[in-house]
Amino acid sequence: MTIAPSTDGDIFDVVVVGGGHAGCESALAAARMGCSTLLLTLSLEKIALMPCNPAVGGIGKGQLTREIDALGGEQGLNTDRACIQMKLLNTSRGPAVRALRAQTDKKLYEDSMKRVLCATENLRILEGSAAGIIVSRETITGVELDDGSRIPAKTVILACGTFLGGKIVVGERRFPAGRMGEPPATALPVSLAESGLELGRFQSATHPRIDSRTIDADRMVIDPGDEHPSRFSRFSQGVLRNQVPCFLTYTNERTHSVIREHLHLSPIKTGSVSGKGPRYCPSIDRKVMNFPDRDRHPVFVEPEGRHTGELYLQGLTTSLPVWVQELVIHATPGLEKAKLMRPGYAVEYDYVIPDQLRLSLETKRIANLFLAGQINGTSGYEEAAAQGLIAGINAARSVMGREPFVLGREQAYIGVLIDDLVTKGVDEPYRMFTSRAEHRLLLRHDNAHARLSPLGRNIGLLPQSRYAMVQEDERALEDLLQWLKSTTVSPTPELNKLLEKKGSAPLTEGQAAAQLLKRPEVCINDILKNIGVSAPGNAGPDIMARSEIELKYAGYIDRQRQAIERNRRLEDTRIPPGFTYLDLEGVSREARDRLERIQPATLGQASRISGVTPADVSVLSLYLKERHDAMAD
Amino acid sequence: MQEFPTVAAISTSLGTGAIGIVRMTGPDSIAICDRLFRGRRGNLAEAASHTLHYGAIAEPESGELVDEVLVSVMRAPATYTREDVVEINCHGGPVAQQRVMSLLLAQGAGLATPGEFTRRAFLNGRIDLVQAESVAQIVSAKTEAGLRVAMSQLAGGLSREIGSLRDDILGVLASIEAGLDFSDEDIEGMDRQATGGSLTGIAGRLQELIESAFVGRVLCEGVRTAIVGKPNVGKSSLLNALLMRDRAIVTEIPGTTRDTIEEIINIDGIPLQLIDTAGLRPAGNEVERIGVERSRRAISEADLVLCLFDGSEPEDDHDRALLTSVPMDRTILVINKADLFRGRQPRFNRGLLPAEPVVISAMTRHGLSQLRERISGLVLGGALPPLEGPMVTHERHKQLLEQSLSALGRARQGLRVGLGEELVAEELHGALTALGGITGDEVVEDLLDRIFQEFCIGK
Repeated sequence: MTIAPSTDGDIFDVVVVGGGHAGCESALAAARMGCSTLLLTLSLEKIALMPCNPAVGGIGKGQLTREIDALGGEQGLNTDRACIQMKLLNTSRGPAVRALRAQTDKKLYEDSMKRVLCATENLRILEGSAAGIIVSRETITGVELDDGSRIPAKTVILACGTFLGGKIVVGERRFPAGRMGEPPATALPVSLAESGLELGRFQSATHPRIDSRTIDADRMVIDPGDEHPSRFSRFSQGVLRNQVPCFLTYTNERTHSVIREHLHLSPIKTGSVSGKGPRYCPSIDRKVMNFPDRDRHPVFVEPEGRHTGELYLQGLTTSLPVWVQELVIHATPGLEKAKLMRPGYAVEYDYVIPDQLRLSLETKRIANLFLAGQINGTSGYEEAAAQGLIAGINAARSVMGREPFVLGREQAYIGVLIDDLVTKGVDEPYRMFTSRAEHRLLLRHDNAHARLSPLGRNIGLLPQSRYAMVQEDERALEDLLQWLKSTTVSPTPELNKLLEKKGSAPLTEGQAAAQLLKRPEVCINDILKNIGVSAPGNAGPDIMARSEIELKYAGYIDRQRQAIERNRRLEDTRIPPGFTYLDLEGVSREARDRLERIQPATLGQASRISGVTPADVSVLSLYLKERHDAMAD
Repeated sequence: MQEFPTVAAISTSLGTGAIGIVRMTGPDSIAICDRLFRGRRGNLAEAASHTLHYGAIAEPESGELVDEVLVSVMRAPATYTREDVVEINCHGGPVAQQRVMSLLLAQGAGLATPGEFTRRAFLNGRIDLVQAESVAQIVSAKTEAGLRVAMSQLAGGLSREIGSLRDDILGVLASIEAGLDFSDEDIEGMDRQATGGSLTGIAGRLQELIESAFVGRVLCEGVRTAIVGKPNVGKSSLLNALLMRDRAIVTEIPGTTRDTIEEIINIDGIPLQLIDTAGLRPAGNEVERIGVERSRRAISEADLVLCLFDGSEPEDDHDRALLTSVPMDRTILVINKADLFRGRQPRFNRGLLPAEPVVISAMTRHGLSQLRERISGLVLGGALPPLEGPMVTHERHKQLLEQSLSALGRARQGLRVGLGEELVAEELHGALTALGGITGDEVVEDLLDRIFQEFCIGK
């Protein structure tokens, strides 16, 4: 039981339950858009906690963080503040799949996020535990705390992570908890279920932590990070320096035989963990069992911060009994003498089946109740923050009486994420992959701000001063592209020698720089060096890289745009709210049930529901037309 | 009112009459037709609504005439679809209709899906849903009747083959995507050469499938059949005998692209298109031109060869040469002129023939029913090579397969010239999406399944 201070009966515009990555973005977005906002957290000491890996970003996820930054969210900026090592991934592959990943100082991440929250106008932070939602006539009216007090609210955002009915499993031990050392929320899931929301159960696992003084770094590969680290946020100031290295080691046959010998104690065999876990983050027990032919699995050894000795063993997720975890770690090169500080554990928790949400993240059943983050069956700080941002924006817009802010799949990874969640539901904790985005070549790390900052400005979240920086970039890019198109490169012997070295055909006559840049093997610096001038205007390295991408991808980008145009009619045909599907003749029974449940906003969304065929969509479009005509008459 | 793209379709059932209608609906239909139509009285653009125009359809570039036509121009909104509609009444039978269709597609019309005209009529408020549904039922019923034989035999095989191709492309894509999405997790990048090799194999099978668009062509154009034999062996008599029997001659087009005569005859519901039958109606000096070379060409283009010998004469060099040039697996050997040796052994040496011939008399029609049985047995019995495997019967499917193949081609090219993996992946996604247009499967989930099955992902 917590004792919460009184809120003097104030009716808040937005109450956010949960101070994790989703909750922080929600609260900041709503407050920055001018709403009186309350952030309710179980513990003031746990705001913006990183309970799992000490890193932000990665392939697919890093793009989400960039998009959050472009719209006016905080995750990118805060990651830069707390960053102790930055790495650009997929540099040997194409720019569309490049992404940043930052190792962060966990404590610094929490502290600096809390500092921002505390300095934000319209935002009040309160320690307390929500026990239920208050609903009247299918509309939320507030939150009830476990001490019986009530906080009235126009809108509520639930961002309570893995706390709903949470249980932790380590080996044979199994006890209620939201995270290690924290009690779960037991009353809230009951309240949600009573309000008619359907819950599912997932599990997730985290990795063991060891003492940094006890590793043998000489037996591992050192990863110092990028030589010239980039920043996540377009708006961060100053130069970033990598401060702490990571290490890489591999399990071996010895590790695997230890695991095999003790497999009967693994929750896989004992069945002590219920709920479905993510396929992309299997425990080491499962990896060894499912891939018997692999003689090694990587283990990434990552520091948790500058002022702590904890190292995180990424790749050794497990909830085997603690003594077995130690055997497994000690069998692995470089970790022979490692001292365990905290064992890996599995957590299982309730989530709300996300196809009960609208694209705005508002529940269909209860007006003005929004859900964001792991409660919707996702995993990851970035996925959580992205949803938190959108829920915060839409709660604020609901208070202001505005239309929901919805990003399309062709606009942003955030759009893909939310459309996937609400249209298809989830059958494992959802993580972003670039392969989920059908327009991946358009949704890049490098152009996130060009894509989204105008929208962020438009909804009143991204400040004008930041938007001006983005506009400046766009002008610089435009100038550079113009310059590349109008500048001729001559076939000098030096250039042709360079081209030959790169396996590229030599030039026989002058050619526009832009044309030459379309060759996959030629980069902009080759050309600048050859001409002997620097690029015009304000083009820094980022803008130069972007110009190259725009030129090299041009044909593909055009094709994706055409594909988007072809789909436009489906995406633009809205289905009126409350449309009933159950008596639609000519639509299969299964499709009717799915449509009725999902209540898609557009024909495009309807076409993505599993079990709905193209023929069903045609018939549905006929009915919509009929209804439209009937209304017009 | 919503604007839909302009689409066209052949709207008469195939092989049911000499006059076929190609119909086009949509905002550009009059303009598209204008580019192909050579009329006596100027452009269709100026034509009043609901008027009929006599003229010809011609290739826009070469000016070559394709068919003599009557075109009806009907302007929105007083039309079946409430859009501009053009109907081209072709006189040249199925072959001409097909060519007119391809010209319209080349000019920018889309291919109408089954029931598309009705759908638009409904969407544009011309008919109500009950009417639309009943029309749709008729459309599908007709199609079913027409395709029953082919579909029951082949549909299963086709979707299996497409499913297996899709699976193989997914496998390749999964190996690329795993490298892209999990490059930081000890996943090896793709091996360009091996990937190229797999794609070449897949492209070959896709190509075969496209080439198997045989039944589709059979239903539209007929089984390409060559009747070959030396002069005066009775080729034209055989044709006439087959025609009289079936009274199914549909058309006779003085060949416009090649100097051939094309005929459609109907054997037990199987349309046969006689190709390069010059010499069937020899006119004076033309007889001279019919040589072995000529027959060779006809044979190479044919799905089915009827190889005729004169039973009343001993074999000669011409007969022997012919026997070496026919593909025995799709040839029916025929000894003609049985009326001249009546029950006796033919003078022609049967021992020369590698397979049992059918003995007929085109004059007296003796043996024709056996010949017809042999033809339908060969076509439907699976003896013709394309009928054995899975087969494409819909033009739309063929187009999608071609799209898929060309995307695969770009992916292979990309692998050769060192294009980024994400761009190769883009092409493979395109190839899968095209196949999905036939099978209706969704890519992303299946792809992730493959990645997690085959690669050990997870930090």
